[in-house]
Amino acid sequence: MGPVTADRRLSHLRALEAESIHIIREVAGQFARPVLLYSIGKDSSAMLHLARKAFYPGALPFPLLHVDTTFEYPELIEFRDAFVRQIGARLEVYTNQAAIAAGANPYALGTAKCCSLLRTRALVDALKQGGYDAALGGARRDEERSRAKERVFSFRDVNGHWDPKNQRPELWNIYNGRVDPGECIRVFPLSNWTEQDVWNYIQLEKIPLAPLYFARERQVIRRNGSLIPLETNVAVQPGEQPEPVMCRLRTLGCTPCSGAIPSGADTVQKIIDELTAFRRSERENRLIDHDQDGSMELKKREGYF
Amino acid sequence: MAAVTEPVTTDANLLRPAESEKTLLRFFTAGSVDDGKSTLIGRLLFDTNGAYEDQVEAVRNSKVNRAAHGVDYSLLMDGLRAEREQGITIDVAYRYFATPRRKFIIADTPGHEQYTRNMATGASTSEAAVILLDARKGVLRQSRRHAFIAALMGIRHFAVAVNKMDLVGWSREVFDSIAAEFQTLASRLGHPRMTFIPLSALEGDNVAWRSARMEWYEGPNLLEWLETVEPGHAGEASAFRMPVQMVIRPSAEFRGFAGQIATGRVAVGDAVAVAPSGRASRVSRLVSFDGDLQEAFAPLSVTVCLEDEVDISRGDLLYTTRNAPEVARRLEGTLVWMSDEALETERTYLLQQGANIVPARVTALLDQTDVDTFATAPSQQLKLNEIGRVRLETSRPIPFDVFSTNRSTGRFILVDPLTNATMAAGIIERGEGAARRRAGDRFKPDPLTPAERQARFGHSAATVHLPGRSSAADMLERLLFEHGCHVVRLRGEEGRLAETLIESGVIVILDADTIGGDQNLPEDDEAAARLVMRRLETRGVISSGAVEQGEGI
Ligand SMILES: Nc1nc2c(ncn2[C@@H]2O[C@H](COP(=O)(O)OP(=O)(O)O)[C@@H](O)[C@H]2O)c(=O)[nH]1
Repeated sequence: MGPVTADRRLSHLRALEAESIHIIREVAGQFARPVLLYSIGKDSSAMLHLARKAFYPGALPFPLLHVDTTFEYPELIEFRDAFVRQIGARLEVYTNQAAIAAGANPYALGTAKCCSLLRTRALVDALKQGGYDAALGGARRDEERSRAKERVFSFRDVNGHWDPKNQRPELWNIYNGRVDPGECIRVFPLSNWTEQDVWNYIQLEKIPLAPLYFARERQVIRRNGSLIPLETNVAVQPGEQPEPVMCRLRTLGCTPCSGAIPSGADTVQKIIDELTAFRRSERENRLIDHDQDGSMELKKREGYF
Repeated sequence: MAAVTEPVTTDANLLRPAESEKTLLRFFTAGSVDDGKSTLIGRLLFDTNGAYEDQVEAVRNSKVNRAAHGVDYSLLMDGLRAEREQGITIDVAYRYFATPRRKFIIADTPGHEQYTRNMATGASTSEAAVILLDARKGVLRQSRRHAFIAALMGIRHFAVAVNKMDLVGWSREVFDSIAAEFQTLASRLGHPRMTFIPLSALEGDNVAWRSARMEWYEGPNLLEWLETVEPGHAGEASAFRMPVQMVIRPSAEFRGFAGQIATGRVAVGDAVAVAPSGRASRVSRLVSFDGDLQEAFAPLSVTVCLEDEVDISRGDLLYTTRNAPEVARRLEGTLVWMSDEALETERTYLLQQGANIVPARVTALLDQTDVDTFATAPSQQLKLNEIGRVRLETSRPIPFDVFSTNRSTGRFILVDPLTNATMAAGIIERGEGAARRRAGDRFKPDPLTPAERQARFGHSAATVHLPGRSSAADMLERLLFEHGCHVVRLRGEEGRLAETLIESGVIVILDADTIGGDQNLPEDDEAAARLVMRRLETRGVISSGAVEQGEGI
């Protein structure tokens, strides 16, 4: 079993792994209809890997759910379908069809409104429609200030809302997952992982990742100080000039809103090296987090992950 | 203490990059407002590169700077600060940083409001505590409180950080007298290992580097202490325990019990048993995704297979037969009350202990402890942020170890089954009464007596006949239920079950026409129900006060 230090203490990655597996098994043990939110990003890839470990040699006892905004990078969807087939998991895809039909897109609505409809609203609706009482998500506490006090088992009311003033105290590794019908618990098995930990674990476990994470030359435009790769669905605004840049995505989001960073890192090890050299918080390049002050906390109250 | 062991598998896939050589330490920080906790944590994060450049830049550019010179590191922590100023959530926040030797998880607990609840929560997952004092103020009531709660939650390693040494001229005398005063608390706290560190969070002295201005101090700086402290409850010291979270059964050939090892170690071939049944077997395999293991230890998550077919389900506890846990229905322990609603001794709560959840009642509140003075006194009530010793009774025997010998199997939470809220954190100090025994002993429960049932239910058994008055019966059922009674309403034919139910101590309401009953009840259903309540009171079946004077008839 993985790295064990000489005095029979686990290495920090194995200790985190053991904690996450315990959390994921609690979900299977406590809930009638859990689901694992699979965004295809590195965090949910690590979480999915942990879930496979948790139930080995059994199969995953719950489906995966992907909330597809229809503005996803095509190579992401390809990767998703191939990987899910390979591991034999059950995948459900949900899209806020009503909003798409009404023409929702980030240009017309602004990123805040668009995200609220196509991700936040869609997620809440998908959970309701599926009758899920628990949803595993790959969020980490080190991502953003308002997440620092988030519980591992985070209660959401019948409307999918989070009330930061009224969280259940969470002691030891005892998780209170009791809910009434219509209520839901969001569960974050990676709560105690940092971005560094996730990358190191991906390296250690050789977890396959979507190619967008790795550097190559991409056509990009510069918008609000971020590099936006030109993929389908990205409308070039007047005054914007596409240019080729060696870059990669640090976090995955929709095509129009995910900023790339200039980078030559085309392997996990190079990404880790780069992270050690440039310590900038990863959400810096996601446009939505800068919409308004404390925007993440606002989104979370509404049900965003 | 620990023997040197080889990594148990040599799978090439698991060759370790340097990053994974770190160990993990979880600690919590406590201090009174303005003692400098935010500055200290900000400083630790900054000096170990735990803060991101863009965050540090934001702090450098901030218009607010309360530091006399240089950077105000407390601003890195301003999530909580902002909340405090706006009076929003006062809660535990978790922070992360790492050095080449260790990864650290800080449970950052505000030291003022809701302190007991938040500190107990922060301390619950921690292996060490950093207690902050202001050198100018010395040991305050709050400092005693912080130390008390840390000790109560089982923390054995304290760093007492005497901060703002710059403001007392780096004085050894000031430091020594504070250390001496704090040391006197040790015996009241069960003698944790205390290390006293003089420092300046603002200037950085003795935080992550040795201060040249306090050469008289020979101990470790705070970061050195954090990097080297060895938590006293490392796995190998205690007996093997593993709460079973689920049974993994992908095919008829495989049956594995999945869980996270709480304490101790286990190896293939070891004799183990399962509580509460006490059935014994041997470990045949330790299964993991990365291949079978020869041995496993806390805190690994594993899947255990046994040689024999033993009936095991979620909530059971696997343990080594060399050292069995206790099993009891009656427990004595300490509760930290965490809800706005006070403890009710008549209520049934759910006791959640690992994967095991059982209905439980607090049968007595023995006393309450003042966290500032450590004094105990009898008490009638246990409210938010109060700490009390109680007697508990669970509806089924539960396996446990007392908290002082095993931090993992000696703890629980209480949940309100109606609101689903977490009401309290509990630690088990002893099992008591006739039901106390070692797991694996044959369980011969004493038969339940009517008196025991009455003590539990708060009323004695009774039958009420209301022939043909089904809506009056509904009304009565509601009134009795609201009065806290265990009541069962049998309609028509169901009446033949009455006798069995009476034996189990409940109040049974029958409406079958065939059975004789009181014909002289008022027409009005509510009046009739209230009259019956009065009669039950007079006969001593239920406690008085159910029906207000002058109401009813
Ligand atoms: N002189 C001096 N001031 C300090 C030191 N540590 C913190 N402070 C100041 O004390 C005040 C309160 O600090 P803060 O970290 O906000 O305290 P908290 O309420 O415990 O989080 C701030 O003005 C800090 O700049 C120190 O070591 N020396």
